[in-house]
This record gives sequence, C-alpha cells and structure tokens, in this order.
Amino acid sequence: MSAQDSATDASAALPKARRDFLPLLLPVALGLAALPFIPSSSTWVTLTIAGLAMGMMIFIMASGLTLIFGLMDVLNFGHGAFIAIGAYLATLVLLPLGGWMQADSIWLNLAAVVPAVIVAMAGTAVLGLAFERVVIAPVYGQHLKQILITMGGMIVAEQILYALFGPQQIPLPLPTSLRGSFQIGEAAIEKYRVVCVVAGLVVFLSMLAILNRTRIGLLIRAGVENTEMVEALGYRITRLFVGVFMAGSALAGLGGVMWGLYREQVNAAMGGELLVLVFIVVIIGGLGSVTGCFIGALLVALATNYAGFLVPKLALVTDIALMVAVLLWRPRGLYPVTSR
Amino acid sequence: MSDLLTLSAVETHIGRYHILHGVELTVPEGRTTMLLGRNGAGKTTTLRTIMGLWRASAGEIRLGEKRIEALATPDIARAGIGYVPETMAVFSDLTVRENLVLAAREGAMDQARLDWIFGFFPPLKKFWLSRAGTLSGGQKQMLSFARAFIEERKLLLIDEPTKGLAPAIIGALIDCLKEVKRRGATILLVEQNFRVAQEIGDLVGVMDNGRVVHSGAMAELAADAMLQHRLLGLSLDTHQ
Repeated sequence: MSAQDSATDASAALPKARRDFLPLLLPVALGLAALPFIPSSSTWVTLTIAGLAMGMMIFIMASGLTLIFGLMDVLNFGHGAFIAIGAYLATLVLLPLGGWMQADSIWLNLAAVVPAVIVAMAGTAVLGLAFERVVIAPVYGQHLKQILITMGGMIVAEQILYALFGPQQIPLPLPTSLRGSFQIGEAAIEKYRVVCVVAGLVVFLSMLAILNRTRIGLLIRAGVENTEMVEALGYRITRLFVGVFMAGSALAGLGGVMWGLYREQVNAAMGGELLVLVFIVVIIGGLGSVTGCFIGALLVALATNYAGFLVPKLALVTDIALMVAVLLWRPRGLYPVTSR
Repeated sequence: MSDLLTLSAVETHIGRYHILHGVELTVPEGRTTMLLGRNGAGKTTTLRTIMGLWRASAGEIRLGEKRIEALATPDIARAGIGYVPETMAVFSDLTVRENLVLAAREGAMDQARLDWIFGFFPPLKKFWLSRAGTLSGGQKQMLSFARAFIEERKLLLIDEPTKGLAPAIIGALIDCLKEVKRRGATILLVEQNFRVAQEIGDLVGVMDNGRVVHSGAMAELAADAMLQHRLLGLSLDTHQ
C-alpha cells in the first residue's frame, strides 16, 4: 500500500464538520422558560419583541467590538465613545430637520433619518481611523496599556461631549411614521422595535455574507485565528486592522443612533453605560465570533427584559449571572474563534 | 548556478535573548538546502527571520539581488517566498477550500495545479469543504504544503514538516517534495529526521548555537559518520 493510500484510508475515519447548533437554541429556550411565569401571553409577546429589539441594537454595537477584539487582540474600552458620538452626530443632523421628523410623510421622515445615520456612521468611521492610528497603534500587544489608554480615550470623549453639549439629556424624538404600535391580538408591538429587529437581522446577515463569501471576510476570519500566517501568505494585516476598526466604529455609531431613538434622548454618558453590556455580550459570544455575539446579545436582552418584569430588583445582576452561567458551561464563550 | 537566497552575518534578538549570532548561508537556485542542527540551534529562528516574522537586528538577507531584511512579512511573501511553518498554522475555522483560496493570492486557483496537489494529497479533495480544524495532524500538514504549492514561488521555506507524523504520511510528503524538486523549485528545509534530510537534500547547512557551523553537499555529510557525530551527535546505527 502506498503512502498516499494510507493517508486516504486514515482520513476515512475523519469526523464530518460538526455544526454546533446548541447555542442557537438558547434564546428560544430562555423565551419558553420565561413563558409560564408571565401572567399573559400578550405580555410575554411584548416583552419578547422588546427583548429582541434591544438585543439587535446591542448586537450592532457589539459586533464591531468582537471583531476588533478577536482580530486585533485589542481591548478597546473606548468603543462606548463611538456609540455616544454616533448618537450625537445623528442628533446634530436631526435637530434642524425636526419639521421633517414630525411630518406625517414617511418619505420626509426617511429624508431626515437616512442622512443622520450616514453622517453618524461616516463620522464614527473616520474617528475610528484616527483613534486606531493615534491611540491604538502604539499599544498593540500591550493589554494593560490598551485598557488604560482606551479607557482614557473614552473619558476624554465623554468630557468633550459634556463640554460641547452640556450635561443635560437632549431629546431625540422618533419620526412620526415610527411612532405607535401594531396590535397583534392583545399584544401591542411598537413599530420602532420591529424596525430594530429587521435592521439587526440585516446587519447580522450582511456580516455573515461578507465573512463567509468574500476574500476580505476570509482574511478577517483567518486573521482572528492567526495574524502571523495571514501576513506570511502576503496580506497586509495592518490595512485589514484599520478597515475592521473603522467598520466596528461605524457599527457602534449606528447602534448609538438606534439606541438614542429608542430612548428618545441622548446623553454623554450613554456610551459608558452601554459598554458594560457590550463587553458582556462579546464575552458570552466568544471572542471574535459574530454569531456568538448575535446569540449573546439576544440572551442578555431577553434575560434583562424578563427579569425586569418578573423580579425588578434582580434585573441589574441578571446579565452578570447569565455571563457566569454561560462561562461555566463554555469557558471560552458560545462560539469562540480565537484562543486568546 | 546562482544563489537565490543569501544570508550574511545575520543576527536576531528575541526580547533580551540573542538567538542568531551572525548566520552565513546561501541557498542556490533550483536546489534543496537542508538546515540541520540540534534543538535550539536557531533553525526555526533563521526561517522566521527570513520571513520577517522576527526582525534581523544586524546583517543582510538577499533574495536574488533584492535586500529583504527590512521588508515587512507580506512584502517578503509577495517577493516570492512560500512558508510552511513548524506549527502548520492552517486556519482551523476555514474549510480546506477557503485555506487554499487565501493562499492563491493572484486570483482563482489553477485547476491543473490543484489536481496535481490532489494527486499527492487525496484527503484534501475528499475533505474539500470540511473545516481544517477537523483534519488529522497529517492532513493539516498536507494542507499546509498545499497552501505553499498552490502558486509558483521562487523559494519555499519549510520548517520540520515530518515532525510527529506517521510514517505513511511522511512518505506522501517526501514524494511530494521530490516532485516539487524535480520541477525545479528552490527549497530551504529544516528537518530533524536525518533520513528524510538525506533523501531530499542536495546541500546542507548545520547550525549550532545560532551559527552555521558547516556547509556543503548533503551526500558528503551522509557519507561521513564522524562528521555527523561531531555536528549533530548522530549515530549512524540509530539514524540511518
């Protein structure tokens, strides 16, 4: 028997690639587990849709961070700043367009919201580029310095927002066409939450398509695993780093706009407040995994909503308890990509 | 026969450790040069320094006429060097196909070349759409080889390809290397297995303590038991 035959025979025992579907079932299981404790099915539907919408917004904010974490090994505590800056940039565009926002025409509403989203994403992407080149680049591979300098960047950004816009909450009303709710049976489902769910799904599916179907996506996935080998194959990983950092910052900006419209107000501290949730989601999902981040965001948001309704005093610790439970089950998160 | 790769007085520091102490090495075009030596002699560091994965702190590395010691790793790879690291470093989360798509930098993979690779490594065809992380150690090494061979490279750097593999797999790798050699490739190969080195190598450099302490024809070293013993601590009875 030749060496090649032996190699082929040996490979016959190779297990097929195992698809790990278990984490995908967790949000469903969580929803079903909460059902018996909630007095009416309409309340459960409302809470679940609210949880899904919140989860999608957190996913949009966290997805960029998980790629930055996984690909670049950078602990970016400044990510929250991009969330707040995105929300403020959108506010700057939307405030003068208040008339269009309050008009009954969906087209006028869109004519205000779409430029606001574009400005927020483009602005945070450009700021992300500057942040990566000036703040992050000198501290690659030095985690302690990364934590200190990015946290410092976050504080500086927050204080600049305070200085420019003051400490007060700035109202950011929803456009008229996104106000109100759909009635399904006895359940009232807010229109904006449905928009958030759709937007989150679009971002998630787009990211999956890019990561799985394009060369850039392959490079990002390969880079999350082994940056050195990607370079040894002839690809300039630094450019990829910058691109991913800009995209991650733009997604944070988009998440900030969506969150601001959801709460109908923005304030300078919102980034810092959301950052804790975002990090919990990234850790639950597994560093570098977009799918893990998606599942993690849904779990955190659903758990927060159910606990907030059932045991309000426990709502604050729910996310931490969820993270501990997931890490006890899977110490590297639901879908870990990188071994870092 | 011109020298494709030349290392002159190359020094490498890793942190506070001084690993390479003035390496002098030439790799002639179209030949296979073996880099032998005891563990810790500096063989892997030499390959990594050529690839720019460790930066040379002194000395000169030339690929043909072009100095490459100051270039970034991607530029060194694009200058025409293929690298098969000791750890194989396949991308576990990517399929076999996706690993090769990335390795084929210039665009679509050449089907004839792919068929040639499949001829040596049938498991890669069989598990084309399987995640590389599910492959066995030998199959990962086949994939690592295939990544280096999927496009024509001026020079191949291969680090301990047979380490920890079953004899049957080693046989397949040797057959492949012989064919690559026959096609005129230039190879610098680090190998601990003297029998494999003897079978494949045209020339040899022996390293010790961060220096090349012997250079010459592989056949001469293979024929001189005393020299082997002195340079490598080998006993012919056990290693041939």
